[in-house]
Amino acid sequence: MLTLQCPYCGVWAEETELHAEGEAHLKRFGPGSDDADFESYLFMRENPKGVHFERWRHSNGCGKFFHAARCTMTLEVFGTYPAQTLEPPQDIKDKISAKQPGWSWRDFS
Amino acid sequence: MSEAVSALDGATFEGFAKVEETGLRGMITVRGDLASKEMSAAIKAATGAAVPAQRKVTSGDKGAVAWMSPDELLVVVDYASVNETVATMTDGLKGSHALVANVSDARAVFRVSGDSSRDVLAKLAPVDFARDAFGAGDIRRSRIAQVPAAVWGNEDGSFEVICFRSVAQYVFDVLKVSAQPGGDVGFH
Repeated sequence: MLTLQCPYCGVWAEETELHAEGEAHLKRFGPGSDDADFESYLFMRENPKGVHFERWRHSNGCGKFFHAARCTMTLEVFGTYPAQTLEPPQDIKDKISAKQPGWSWRDFS
Repeated sequence: MSEAVSALDGATFEGFAKVEETGLRGMITVRGDLASKEMSAAIKAATGAAVPAQRKVTSGDKGAVAWMSPDELLVVVDYASVNETVATMTDGLKGSHALVANVSDARAVFRVSGDSSRDVLAKLAPVDFARDAFGAGDIRRSRIAQVPAAVWGNEDGSFEVICFRSVAQYVFDVLKVSAQPGGDVGFH
């Protein structure tokens, strides 16, 4: 079972206490944006075999959204971090690089 | 004014642990900047307690304060004094970005007591109830079977569970099943 630490309340919460909320770090394209951007914001998602960044919500708990970095192949969790950020913190990136040198995900590496 | 009654009117069940509905309880949701001076002064004035640390409960002469999330507290006082407490806190937090709301009638509170009360709860919630991991003064928001709930430990070794009033019967029923004689697992 997947266990993630909520960065807001510090609880090691297991999957049934959380809700998966899709991909992390999406850039929103709203009204007035061009069709290609809007389409990619709505529909285009990463489906990697390897490093992945996800958004989770501690729904049966403090109710906050947070981000998690994990590997879809080994199921290893590299870390979780608060959602008020545009890119993963450096220490999480370093942890991933130590385990999987040369990784990349969208614009991050 | 109509007579206020709690969700299950003090229902009790005696199995290998005792489950009881505690009756009316004054509960106030407070949101805002927990680190601010105004917040600690308002909490102190309302309950006599300090602002609790992460996942802790503090108590004072007039009530208890539980940590709910990084920007939310639950103030627990007598049902009779809840309006007065809301007024004190609203006044104390005037001018800062904060919310004080009386949620007493939206909740139900259960007490689980007895030597095996940890087992009763551990069967229902994905929480580590080991004695060194969860004890008096700790609070954990989680779920009881299929509904959200919060559990805290009291000084006397009993536990209190708060849930939404709309699911009070469900929570009482699952606690009853979990505490049913013959179902003691003797783990904790």
